[in-house]
Amino acid sequence: MSGHSTYEPKTGFERWLDARLPIVRLGYDSFVDYPTPRNLNYWWTFGGILSLCLASQLITGIILVMHYTPSADHAFASVEHIMRDVNYGWLIRYMHANGASMFFIAVYIHMLRGLYYGSYKAPREVLWLLGCVIYLLMMATAFMGYVLPWGQMSFHGAVVITNLFGALPVVGESITTWLWGGFAVDNPTLNRFFSLHYLLPFMIAGVVILHIWALHVVGQNNPTGVEPKSKADTVPFTPYATVKDGFAMSVFLILFAFFVFFMPNALGHADNYIPANPLVTPSHIVPEWYFLPFYAILRAVPDKLMGVLAMFGAIACLFALPWLDRSKVRSMRYRPTARIHFFIFVVACCILGVCGAKLPDDQIIPGLTTFKVMESDLNSFVWLSRVAAAYYFAFFVIVMPFLPLSEKTLPVPDSIASPALSHPAAAPVEATAAPEMKG
Amino acid sequence: MLRKLSVIAAVAGLLTAGVAGPALAGHGPLEAKDVHWSFEGPFGRFDQAQLQRGYKVYREVCSACHSMSLVSFRNLGDKGGPFYDEKYPNSNDNPYVKAIAKDYEVADIDNETGDAIKRPATPADRFPAPFANEAAARASNGGALPPDMSLLAKAREAGPAHIYSIVTGYVAPPAGLKVDPTSHYNPYMAGDLTSYWSGSHEHVPPGGFIAMAPPLKAGQVTFDDGTPSTLDQQAKDVSAFLMWAAEPKLEERKQTGFAVLLYLLLFAGLLYASYRKVWKNESH
Repeated sequence: MSGHSTYEPKTGFERWLDARLPIVRLGYDSFVDYPTPRNLNYWWTFGGILSLCLASQLITGIILVMHYTPSADHAFASVEHIMRDVNYGWLIRYMHANGASMFFIAVYIHMLRGLYYGSYKAPREVLWLLGCVIYLLMMATAFMGYVLPWGQMSFHGAVVITNLFGALPVVGESITTWLWGGFAVDNPTLNRFFSLHYLLPFMIAGVVILHIWALHVVGQNNPTGVEPKSKADTVPFTPYATVKDGFAMSVFLILFAFFVFFMPNALGHADNYIPANPLVTPSHIVPEWYFLPFYAILRAVPDKLMGVLAMFGAIACLFALPWLDRSKVRSMRYRPTARIHFFIFVVACCILGVCGAKLPDDQIIPGLTTFKVMESDLNSFVWLSRVAAAYYFAFFVIVMPFLPLSEKTLPVPDSIASPALSHPAAAPVEATAAPEMKG
Repeated sequence: MLRKLSVIAAVAGLLTAGVAGPALAGHGPLEAKDVHWSFEGPFGRFDQAQLQRGYKVYREVCSACHSMSLVSFRNLGDKGGPFYDEKYPNSNDNPYVKAIAKDYEVADIDNETGDAIKRPATPADRFPAPFANEAAARASNGGALPPDMSLLAKAREAGPAHIYSIVTGYVAPPAGLKVDPTSHYNPYMAGDLTSYWSGSHEHVPPGGFIAMAPPLKAGQVTFDDGTPSTLDQQAKDVSAFLMWAAEPKLEERKQTGFAVLLYLLLFAGLLYASYRKVWKNESH
């Protein structure tokens, strides 16, 4: 945050360097002395966890590239070479494959945290937008990465997703041909996806730097949504936030390790262990779990072009959020009605995820046939996804802008320190009682 | 708050009830049989005797049609493999592996003349495929391509239990099902039999057609360790062997995982203690 630097170079070398490139000062101001609100809860640790995910993906990815062959003829075998012959190749590959899922688990929690506590509201709009850009880049990177092993799901997933662009009027066909580098998904497609899959993570890293920069300009939001007013409201980043982030990261790593070592293929598709074969289409093409809600929105719309637009619109809503929400109160902690909508929104996203994994015409309640509306039975996942998708959009374009007009909010504390200090546990003796239970 | 939570819980409950409901009969294969494997669970390991028996089933039966092109002979002697012997940390020196390899002939090129030749395999060679190419494999198998077995146990949703279920699951086709003479009915095979079924639409039999005739029968393979050679035993052993072929580093992975988790738990505990200490006098 703004304010003058308190860094004092201690050694001669530090003084010499500080006069020429104050990089140690930058690090000190950003990660040691940086004032953080004292009331941050564990939902705030996901920023650190995400940096860890990015670093892990970059390192494992760079090592994988040392052994991988980007060619339609050799990609599949080279991945198996990594699994069988490269020292600890299985570990590196499983870390990278499961790391993608962990990255998305963390990013979804991070985004929902921002949504709940109003972290996108002024003056943090640019911070939020940069986050949306990172998310978009992550989706592109993950999709292209999934194509690289050149298994059945890789190949046919690539066919389905690239074909979406074909729905665009006039230019659609030219765009797909351009994306493919030919008239079908083939070796040129694999090669350009590989190239971009290597490039995009570094772009993500760049935007992450901007994201952190923007964060340090406006300062962190906090569960009350009240800006820090005095020194009593904040604690220095180190050791307070570092140790809390460190603990949360280690817990997250336990989850990560559990997947990598004990169920490494649980989040993938068995079909991707079959080499790509353009002539055999898998009976059920499903994207990775983190794309399922968007896949469900795509399929909820009967018209292909409108479906594609709805899917991109679902992401566009995130970008527009800072200007859609008209509430004066930042944190949903003091917005009881908005909070109910938030929880319904989370449930709607989960429902969309489930729908994305099902065939559209599968029955929700087995054996029950109701009546058909728009060519599908009402008791079908396509209808469930329509309802959930409708709520998804309503949350952004109706609840966010119009709820504040009639909303009754709870009283917002004057400062961060006041509720924290008036908390019974804040009395000096009991100050240590279960700090993890408090906001 | 509690009321809201209960509403959310009710919605979630309704949702899972709908999702988890059992599928109706027909239109799809039966769920794979439930098999207990020695390599299940966080401490699971391959049973080496089982892998050896399974290898024998593969060698004597499956390999006549199924390739296993990602596996080298030396892998058989790797740690966790069927013929691992701690006397030979380098599996290329393992005499048993060498002997197995020598029984196979692989294609090569004569360095002097450049002619295409056949030579006995060495541990460094991959398992040679039974057919020269896909067309030859199809021609010998009534048009169907026997899938490569290197990853088969991971390439099916149910894993090795799927292989076991297919091999032991052949039954006579129900009356009313039109079966092509080159095909076989198997209730565990993926497929949709609606168009071959003359009975009511409600009772389409589960499963699909498979080109492979029942490959195993009791007594077909003689196990060197005296294990009775029942169909069930052969099927279990070969499925376990194929799981090893698909995931040869499974034991190493689980053992490493145990150490990693132990370390992380201690590390997290230590960090939590530090966290409590650092925040001791800070309200938040």
